[in-house]
Amino acid sequence: MNKTFNELMREARAVAREVWPDEAARLAASGVRLLDVREQHEWEEGHIPGALHVARGYLEMEIESVLPDRNAPVVIYCAGGVRSLLAARELKEMGYAAPMSMAGGFQLWKSEGRPWTQPRVLTPEQKRRYSRHLLIPEVGSEGQARLLASRALFIGAGGLGSSGLLYLAAAGVGTIGVVDFDTVDLSNLQRQVIHATDRVGQKKTDSAAQSVHALNPDIDVIAYDEMLTEENVDRIIEGYDVILDGTDTFETRYTLNDAAVRVGIPVVHASVFRFEGQLTVFQPYAGPCYRCLYPAPPPPELAPGCSVAGVLGVVPGTLGLLQATEAIKVLLGIGEPLVGRLLIYDALDMSFQELQLRRDPSCPACGDGAREAAAGEAATPKATVSEAAGVQATPLVARPLGRIG
Amino acid sequence: MLRAQAEGNKQVEVDGATVGDVMHGLVERFPGLGEQLLASDGSLNRFVNVYLNDQDIRYLQELRTPVSATDTVVILPAMAGGA
Repeated sequence: MNKTFNELMREARAVAREVWPDEAARLAASGVRLLDVREQHEWEEGHIPGALHVARGYLEMEIESVLPDRNAPVVIYCAGGVRSLLAARELKEMGYAAPMSMAGGFQLWKSEGRPWTQPRVLTPEQKRRYSRHLLIPEVGSEGQARLLASRALFIGAGGLGSSGLLYLAAAGVGTIGVVDFDTVDLSNLQRQVIHATDRVGQKKTDSAAQSVHALNPDIDVIAYDEMLTEENVDRIIEGYDVILDGTDTFETRYTLNDAAVRVGIPVVHASVFRFEGQLTVFQPYAGPCYRCLYPAPPPPELAPGCSVAGVLGVVPGTLGLLQATEAIKVLLGIGEPLVGRLLIYDALDMSFQELQLRRDPSCPACGDGAREAAAGEAATPKATVSEAAGVQATPLVARPLGRIG
Repeated sequence: MLRAQAEGNKQVEVDGATVGDVMHGLVERFPGLGEQLLASDGSLNRFVNVYLNDQDIRYLQELRTPVSATDTVVILPAMAGGA
């Protein structure tokens, strides 16, 4: 028996309810999923925010993984309301209880002035360069576009900064700031893999930029050939989505911390000593800050520099890479960043240990009093889209044998 | 730095009913640690963080926090190393 197109449409209308855009909007607001069944290029030119996308040619193949609950209602739309009706008929046949079709389609939705969005689109070369990211569901082209629009600031292009810089550049973090006043020294090359023998004497920011661009010319590197101080910290950190702390003095860490808390920028903190490292993420107000953890610095004689104590080259490399990992998680908004947790790494016995950190309500930088004062100045937490070193002392573990008496 | 004062040990066993007992027991055994950990009045230096298992004792009962045979007291001095 032959069925005409019109008969198919009649059948579709008999099994699937049509809804106008205003009802579709109300349903979406109440939690009903929208499903866009147009072609990829139509989707890229603009779609309804929050909609799922399965092109009609892939509908039967993909719908069960995209919408596993057959009982959940869904509003399907296309450009004008025809493909969506036919798609609704197909879903009904597959056992979906309540597929609806938006009459008038995306064209009517847009002409009624309703909100729509365009995904950030990658160039063909970017799709190739970042293909291994695009294949990961938690990243995809939206995530990669987010990274490309993100801004990460490195305080220090040294032991910790080196590996972090290389990997964030590889990952496509679009803007990378580098704060370092120093020049490349031969003794750096035992661990600072972003530099090179033929760059000894060069500014570290220049050397870092060179390596970053050789790996990924897409990256915009902003150099700050200065030491971070109270005078310049606010100017330097402004506008960044995440800061990676590769500093080497208590003073700089406190300066950085207080400024980052003031403007709500998360700081991925790490430190190393000989065979050990520590790592955490300071997310202002959501978790502790540096001052919550260390309200007071030790006297200088208890924290001799790395040039005195030494450090195994791979250790800052490892910690720097872990910092970059946390930074990417923060930028993408995925996984569980180390907020409120301190990771302690010991390379000698290859152990990882975690301590729980808490925000101190009486902290002078991020405690309740400080927060009220900051709110009074209308500072709002920023949403993320996206050597001479001191020394890290070894955690010493004392295990009690039992109660006395 | 602490390890050097504890004869190179990362982990030692010390008797004690409270974290404070354990700390003092530790310093008795390794007097060199006293300078790093304790102030002149015997209290903990402000820059020294002590954890019972994975919890900061500041949020428990400070040095009066009771300990049991299966507990671990972790000493984490503040550090600045970064390059």
